[in-house]
Amino acid sequence: MGKEAIYGAGAVSAVLLGWGGATMLRLPAGDASILVAKIVFFYAPAAFAAVLAAAVSLAASVLFLRTKELRYDALAVSATEAGLIFLAVNLVTGCIWGHARRGLWWTWDPAISSALVCGLVYASYLMLRRAVEEPTQCASFSAVWSIFCFLDCPIAIAAVYRWRGQHPHPALWAGVPSGWLAALAWNTAGMLAMGVAIVLLRMRQEAVERELDSLRRTVHVI
Amino acid sequence: MDFIRQFWVVTIKDLRAEFRTKEALNASLAFALVILVLFSFAFDAADLEQNAMNEISGGLLWIAFAFAGTLVLNRSFVRELPNDCLDGLVAAPISRSALFLGKAIANFALVLAVELVSLPVFGIFYHVRWARQFPELMLVLVLGTWGVTIIGTMTSALTVNIKLREVMLPMLTYPILVPALMSAMQLTTRLMAGDAIDADTGLWLKMLIGFDVIYTAVSLLLIEVVLIG
Repeated sequence: MGKEAIYGAGAVSAVLLGWGGATMLRLPAGDASILVAKIVFFYAPAAFAAVLAAAVSLAASVLFLRTKELRYDALAVSATEAGLIFLAVNLVTGCIWGHARRGLWWTWDPAISSALVCGLVYASYLMLRRAVEEPTQCASFSAVWSIFCFLDCPIAIAAVYRWRGQHPHPALWAGVPSGWLAALAWNTAGMLAMGVAIVLLRMRQEAVERELDSLRRTVHVI
Repeated sequence: MDFIRQFWVVTIKDLRAEFRTKEALNASLAFALVILVLFSFAFDAADLEQNAMNEISGGLLWIAFAFAGTLVLNRSFVRELPNDCLDGLVAAPISRSALFLGKAIANFALVLAVELVSLPVFGIFYHVRWARQFPELMLVLVLGTWGVTIIGTMTSALTVNIKLREVMLPMLTYPILVPALMSAMQLTTRLMAGDAIDADTGLWLKMLIGFDVIYTAVSLLLIEVVLIG
């Protein structure tokens, strides 16, 4: 995949997210409850993208274990890193929202804490990668661990829908003005395009890194 | 039948090796007691109301169990490194899942033993009547400990040959254990307060059982990759 795809996905994401942001700013301020409802523009798309990234890294890890092709390993690590970025966007915007709404930056709500735990679990995946030196072993160990990590995600997702806490139930979004939903969809598409750009860029890096590593080994042999 | 015999041989071997040296068991037990003593400085146990103590007892106990358990689990595969025992075990004509299950059961017995000693000590130190729902509490203890052991044995196998082994094991183990520890803490607190398991706490029990079943199945499935590559 060439540079064009990376620039293309990046440009698409910039346009879509820029437009989404502009739409959000142009919306009538309304009362306080409408104002805080603006959270859906970036917070929710980031959450969707993070879940999708986790699913992609699971699929890539399973594919790696099946085929032992290192490009699937590169996809798994790229998707995990992109997912962690999205999760960070999600948590940080959530904190800002919580502060605007209740004056607290953080609450120990099941949905929020399980999302944070999910992030910590995937952080351990990245730590594991750094600790294993041999590339093939690193890839298969991290594929196993990625599957372990993914098993934590259903809890985080279920917590949003089923576990009553401070986190608003997604059904509340039915009260969101109908015109906003289109912008929500655009922003989700924009986030996903950004995710694609990040993943492509990181996969390129991984490929280059692998090439460097093999060159270094060759030189070492000579 | 062969499978049962195979993992049982590994379990007995591990337990025998451990009881001859007692290196992990002693360390883990001593560590558990030190943590229990340290808790008394975290809050003034003499001044704390009994209700407040009951509220935090499950959390305290499982933090102590999880930390002390790591010492046992860390040794599980590392013990096989001298004299290339691990290579011998992996080359043995038994399935790798039997090897893993045998080691997990041996670890489970050791961690459970440490817990069963710490539990009355905790009750005496902090004036908690812990045995009011004894059978249910034992069930939670067994399920929670199995969760800790299965994840710990897997991370022990993952980290045995990598650098920073001692650092990586807790790094990997604790985040992934959160759902199991959370359920076990909630259940233990309620049971120690004397409440029976009702619909509310039943949900935690389901989560704990689900955690154990899912991670045991996935571990048995994937251990082949970890041990052989």
